[in-house]
Amino acid sequence: MKRRHPWLYLLFWIAVSFLTLFPIYWLFVISVKPAVDLFSTPDIILKSFYWQNYIDVLNDRTLRGYMVNSLVISSGNAVLCTTLGFLACYALSRFDLPGKESIFFWTITNRMAPPAVFLLPLFLLMTQVYRIGDFTLLDTRIGMILVYCTFNLPFAIWTLRPTLDGIPKELDEAAYMDGASPFKVITEVVFPLCRPGLAVTLILTWVFAWNEYLLAATLTNFSARTLTTGLSEYVTTTGTEWGIMAAISVFTLIPALIVFGLVQRHIVTGLTFGAVKG
Amino acid sequence: MHSNRLGWLLLAPTLLVLGLFGVVPFFYVVWVSFHQWNPFAANPDMIFNGAENFRRLVFDEAFLASLGATVSFVFFAVISELVLGYMLAQAFMKDFPGKGFFRTIHTLPLIMAPIIVGSVWKLMTTPSIGIIPNLLDSWFGFDLNIGQSAAAAFIVTVVMDVWHWTPLVTLSLIAALVSLPQDPFEQAQIDGAGKRQIFWHVTLPMIAPAVLATVFIRLMDALRTVDEVLMLTGGGPGAATRYVGVHIFKEVFPRTNYGYGSAISVIVLYLTIVVCWLLYVGMLAPRNTGKG
Repeated sequence: MKRRHPWLYLLFWIAVSFLTLFPIYWLFVISVKPAVDLFSTPDIILKSFYWQNYIDVLNDRTLRGYMVNSLVISSGNAVLCTTLGFLACYALSRFDLPGKESIFFWTITNRMAPPAVFLLPLFLLMTQVYRIGDFTLLDTRIGMILVYCTFNLPFAIWTLRPTLDGIPKELDEAAYMDGASPFKVITEVVFPLCRPGLAVTLILTWVFAWNEYLLAATLTNFSARTLTTGLSEYVTTTGTEWGIMAAISVFTLIPALIVFGLVQRHIVTGLTFGAVKG
Repeated sequence: MHSNRLGWLLLAPTLLVLGLFGVVPFFYVVWVSFHQWNPFAANPDMIFNGAENFRRLVFDEAFLASLGATVSFVFFAVISELVLGYMLAQAFMKDFPGKGFFRTIHTLPLIMAPIIVGSVWKLMTTPSIGIIPNLLDSWFGFDLNIGQSAAAAFIVTVVMDVWHWTPLVTLSLIAALVSLPQDPFEQAQIDGAGKRQIFWHVTLPMIAPAVLATVFIRLMDALRTVDEVLMLTGGGPGAATRYVGVHIFKEVFPRTNYGYGSAISVIVLYLTIVVCWLLYVGMLAPRNTGKG
């Protein structure tokens, strides 16, 4: 095959990166502009920085609370979904359960549901049915962690299944022969081999939960409200405070960026959604 | 091996969580879909009206138009993502300086919340104050007005979706390409196959399951898009970008037609499951024939 010069690829990627980064750059541009400047003819190059939006956001105690909620909910949900998904995939991959392929497909149908119409039943269930005495799930972090499972747990199961199917059964069988308990086999034999897949699942479910908006907007009021819903509070009938919104958006990007950076190297080996392995 | 009891035990928490938060709400939606129910209308009661909602839906031009718009949106978005994602994945298979760095940059859109993506694209494309219409106007004298032109609004929603989700396609295709054996490629080259032949007869059949799996997840998620489009165009101009997710949202929220909105959701969910099931069967096919 013809080998092109590596510098050509470099040039190509610089061009692609420019297109990829432009909307993110633009978000930053909006966040460092005073509101009046937004309605004049835009300029690509930033000439001055106006940090007031960031100062306003940092001084807002409510938003800091939302940030903590977002962190707790998405981390809790990612850990829960990855753990449950891992156990479920172990069961689907190693046991001869009747109807297991139907169960596998059924799990993903939970992610297909159009979200808008499911808000009402979830609201009713969380206020009236799933309650212990006066404690209801509405507007609680644990409630949101559980609700986010509807779209993240199926995703986790579908991402982890090929990883688990790819691990030879003989490995577990050998361990069982040596008298290991199922718990030991799962934690000490299978788990270490699944690390790349688990890392990718953890990060993607984390990001999906971190970015979710519609469910959080309906099912939380204050005490479990997340950053993405905090954003929409700046879209008001009298006008939208785009500068503040953009500044909050930049803040929502930073934790996602850090978490994403941590598992970069696993992402290629671990991302095998569905039945990728031939 | 161990008894199936252990298997069910491991599966139980998943079944419980998805049952409580997925299946129970689903049956509620099905039940509501057989009623006429608008809690904020003159008569706020739930009135059983049999299959009336479903009969109305078949002849509802707004719903059918929304379904049509969704099909073109999903088609153009997913096809572009696949083609672009494949080209980018192939470009990442080569060695060049700073590869890891560029891969990180390329995955950045993935971590952005749909509602933020929608806001940024709205600010970039709003006529007169957005940067894109301004540049198009001063460079080419082209007038991009997503507030008036249905075609412009449609294209911008597709471009936004492509920008946001192509990285996911690229990553999963890289994962598939990395795991391919080298022998068939070498053999094909020895046999004198051209680039195009190698793609159609060697690469594509081998990565077909991965491609289908990628189409599967993109299709599923593109069909339920709400936040991004709602933020960018609000479904307009007219109903040009009122994709089913947005259509259901508008039926349920501003208009509070819970009964009818539920009926639409049940049908849309059903159609999604059928399409995804067909893809899933396609994904499994190579695996099964490979074994047999």
